[in-house]
Amino acid sequence: MALLMHPANNGVLQAEGHTLVRFCWQHIEEVSKVSTITVTVNGKTYTNDVEPRTLLVHYLREHLNLTGTHIGCDTSQCGACVVHVNGQSVKSCTMLAVQADGASVTTIEGIAPAGELHPLQEGFWECHGLQCGYCTPGMIMAAADLLQHNPSPSDDEIRHGLEGNLCRCTGYHNIVRAVQYAAAKMRGEEVSA
Amino acid sequence: MTAEAPTKVVGKALKRREDPQLISGQGSFIDDIKLAGMLHAVVVRSPYAHARIKSINTARALARSGVVAVFTGEDMMDINPLPCAWQAAAGRIQNNLNTPRALAVGEVHFAGDAVALVVAEDRYIARDAADLVDVEYEPLGVVVDARKATEPGAPQLHENAPNNIVFEWECGDAARTDAAFSTADVVVGEEIINQRLLPTPMETRGAIGRYEPSTGEYTLWTTSQAPHVMRLLLTAFVFGIPEPKLRVISPNVGGGFGQKIFCYNDMAFTLWASKKLGGRPVKFVEDRSENYKYSTAGRDHITDVEIAGTRDGKISGLRIKTHANLGAYISTIAPGIPTTLYGRIATGVYKIPAAHCKVWGVYTNTAMVDAYRGAGRPEASYLIERMIDRFAAEIGMDPAEVRRRNFIQPEDFPYDNGMGLLPYDSGNYEPALNKALAMIGYDDFRKQQAEARAKGRYLGIGLSSYVEICGVAPSAWIGLPGEGWGAGLWESANVRVHLTGQVVVTTGSLPHGQGLETTFAQLVADELGVPYENVVVEHSDTAGTPFGYGTYGSRSAAVGGTALVKSAMKIKEKARRLAAHMLEASVDDVVFEDGKAFVKGSPDNSKSIGEIALQASVAYSLPEGMEPFLDETTYYDPPNCTFPFGTHIAIVEVDRDTGMVDLQRYVAVDDVGTVINPLIVDGQLHGGIAQGVAQALYERAVYDDNGQLVSGTLMDYAVPVASMLPSYETGRTVTPSPVNPMGVKGAGEAGTIASAQAVMNAVVDALSPFGIKHLQMPATSERVWAAMHGK
Repeated sequence: MALLMHPANNGVLQAEGHTLVRFCWQHIEEVSKVSTITVTVNGKTYTNDVEPRTLLVHYLREHLNLTGTHIGCDTSQCGACVVHVNGQSVKSCTMLAVQADGASVTTIEGIAPAGELHPLQEGFWECHGLQCGYCTPGMIMAAADLLQHNPSPSDDEIRHGLEGNLCRCTGYHNIVRAVQYAAAKMRGEEVSA
Repeated sequence: MTAEAPTKVVGKALKRREDPQLISGQGSFIDDIKLAGMLHAVVVRSPYAHARIKSINTARALARSGVVAVFTGEDMMDINPLPCAWQAAAGRIQNNLNTPRALAVGEVHFAGDAVALVVAEDRYIARDAADLVDVEYEPLGVVVDARKATEPGAPQLHENAPNNIVFEWECGDAARTDAAFSTADVVVGEEIINQRLLPTPMETRGAIGRYEPSTGEYTLWTTSQAPHVMRLLLTAFVFGIPEPKLRVISPNVGGGFGQKIFCYNDMAFTLWASKKLGGRPVKFVEDRSENYKYSTAGRDHITDVEIAGTRDGKISGLRIKTHANLGAYISTIAPGIPTTLYGRIATGVYKIPAAHCKVWGVYTNTAMVDAYRGAGRPEASYLIERMIDRFAAEIGMDPAEVRRRNFIQPEDFPYDNGMGLLPYDSGNYEPALNKALAMIGYDDFRKQQAEARAKGRYLGIGLSSYVEICGVAPSAWIGLPGEGWGAGLWESANVRVHLTGQVVVTTGSLPHGQGLETTFAQLVADELGVPYENVVVEHSDTAGTPFGYGTYGSRSAAVGGTALVKSAMKIKEKARRLAAHMLEASVDDVVFEDGKAFVKGSPDNSKSIGEIALQASVAYSLPEGMEPFLDETTYYDPPNCTFPFGTHIAIVEVDRDTGMVDLQRYVAVDDVGTVINPLIVDGQLHGGIAQGVAQALYERAVYDDNGQLVSGTLMDYAVPVASMLPSYETGRTVTPSPVNPMGVKGAGEAGTIASAQAVMNAVVDALSPFGIKHLQMPATSERVWAAMHGK
């Protein structure tokens, strides 16, 4: 019971969508030593000592103080923690910080140059694609990955493309509109909310 | 000096001022807050749903490096149990009887009950150490079903509550209702289950407690919809300290949906532990599984309902008997939900001459049940709307026509429904129905449906005409002498115009997704005639805001909004008097319009609000007896609730081979009174609809017979993703409320209150060729397939 309640989503961990890592909490605890990792996050390179069991999301939030990446579940369902690792969207609760050693990570704080908004950020604002804003960073990072692969998605493709992300406030209607807004803008079209 | 009057912004779809920080990852939610020296707390939870605690051994946990302390319930006996603030059923519930303590003492009553607290230097260590706390339990009998819990021989949760009954409550006229049924042409009955739901705000709950030894003052950061009420309950009831000794701050709150209204044990134990540990701040944040196991759930009614009427479609009676599961302990406002907010609105939008509702509130070995978006009204609306369709099918009449024949008419308002509710304020139900029918193309659909059926395809359409209760107040009705709420339900707001002309609003209401910073600024900007950008809205901190009862029950615009509009009105009146002095005119001759004051008929010689504010601030020359500064506060207690209404319509197709329900269209026509910001109102409705659709098709919290929450994670509890929900087609009618000066009603819960039955009526309509008259929620493919195939 206690194991299931662990914030680290003990059991099967999925990283980068395909690498399955199975690890057992107690064993990690026994062998727990500090590892040194070097990660480039939002263009800046960090070198930190972390416990091998540290999740990437906790590394970002606790070590680097990048708290825009959120945690909404303990079973990798909610997608609030989506970041990009080497250009691919990843649920950062399903990946260990040590697995990101040498990688380039982008979080919501770094998706647009300082003082500017990414078209998705603009779309979410224009189309009221957020209410409480808790799921929003993960939703935007997942949508950015979606648009990278499919610059002209149908509404249906957006809905399916965001299946790894939960929102409890919007009912998704305006999130779909926000992603369409961003897609149009990124294609260089005239946009309006 | 005259300036162009700023454009009016009420009614405009302004994008939200809350968003820039949230879309760039700069929000500050509870778990984002880091304080110097902060410790992390993890709760040791009972694996048993009902057990005596025989012993707790903390030695192994304490030995773990990095663990600072381990506490048990016995350690915290110097603080009181959490209070219940809504003593419904005529005060039969004591305000601290069978409510949770910070940690359980002696016995646990549900799986997930809090048994011990581990405090450590970081959360990984605290979690490791929680596994090292050895608790010995003696398991006891378990009951999770509210009706079974009242039967003879059922396991008993609390000695003082025979048969696990918290309260018996009724409203309406029993004798008259029985008489109506005994003479009725048609009587239809059904057992209707409104399943337990898990509110699931995307941010779980949490608290950071900090004690300052030098002053004896506490600060609590917590995910709360009602920080002022939390301060009151924690100081006056739990800690027994003067109220000003505690400051409560709600940071950005990641959704509430009711679950974050209540007083929780973590608020108490983080404060208590911080004091015990010399003032080091203590943080506790639930993980999702804990949120599901421990924080409050919603709904969970088992109801026998009967409806009586004539063959020509007139409803003559409604009889309801409900067992409402309240869980293992009494949560903060739990008794008020299945009573005041349920039974009293059970007759819905219809003139029903005789109705009666009986409710048993029941303890079971499950997590506490309290308000969840809609709170009582979705349960009531689901019942009546399901039964209207059941009745329509029985007499072979179109369900839209049955609704029309029984609607309360515009001339009936204010309308007393005979259930002990205040009169419905205003309404015009048929135009909303007609608009929804037109939007969906009702007549055409019936043709398509017939053609589809001939081809073996099963389409269904479902109507839901609803009314609900928003802006709950007045205090004299809802309070102890009436409905049992243990305080008032007014709201307050302060409006100040600074020397620079900038307007600062402080309010006791607070947003957690509703966009109140935006809508409140819109209201004040228009009222004072100042640019929207010049209005700042401050909230969510008991230091610096006037007392407020909080944001829930779709009440912030109607109650909190009115408080600030009334403050702005007072500002205008003072500005008018000061302007008369500045213009050397008689006060009676001066008017204030669009942000400036002038002598009637001479608008060219005016004083702007900015000029007046400057004069008021520097105070070089004020009329005799006038205080400096434009600063006004209002405590507003409305004369009535507000009653939004509308009609929602769903179209589904059911797959015969798989039982899969495809929700193809969803039309919502809502009348929420005057709309301040249509972008935000539509967003509230979308989200509300999604939660009702989720109840109809997907979500159900399941306990097994041992009291284990089977749907205990987001892997098992089916919160819908984007592909599981449709787009929403929204329309509006506008019937202003006469209760407040803006005419607003409330939009936060209407979507949820209206939607589950629209979808279920559509599902049952689709299944009518199979002789199916009712189906319990959620209409999962398994359940639908079994019903179609007689399994």
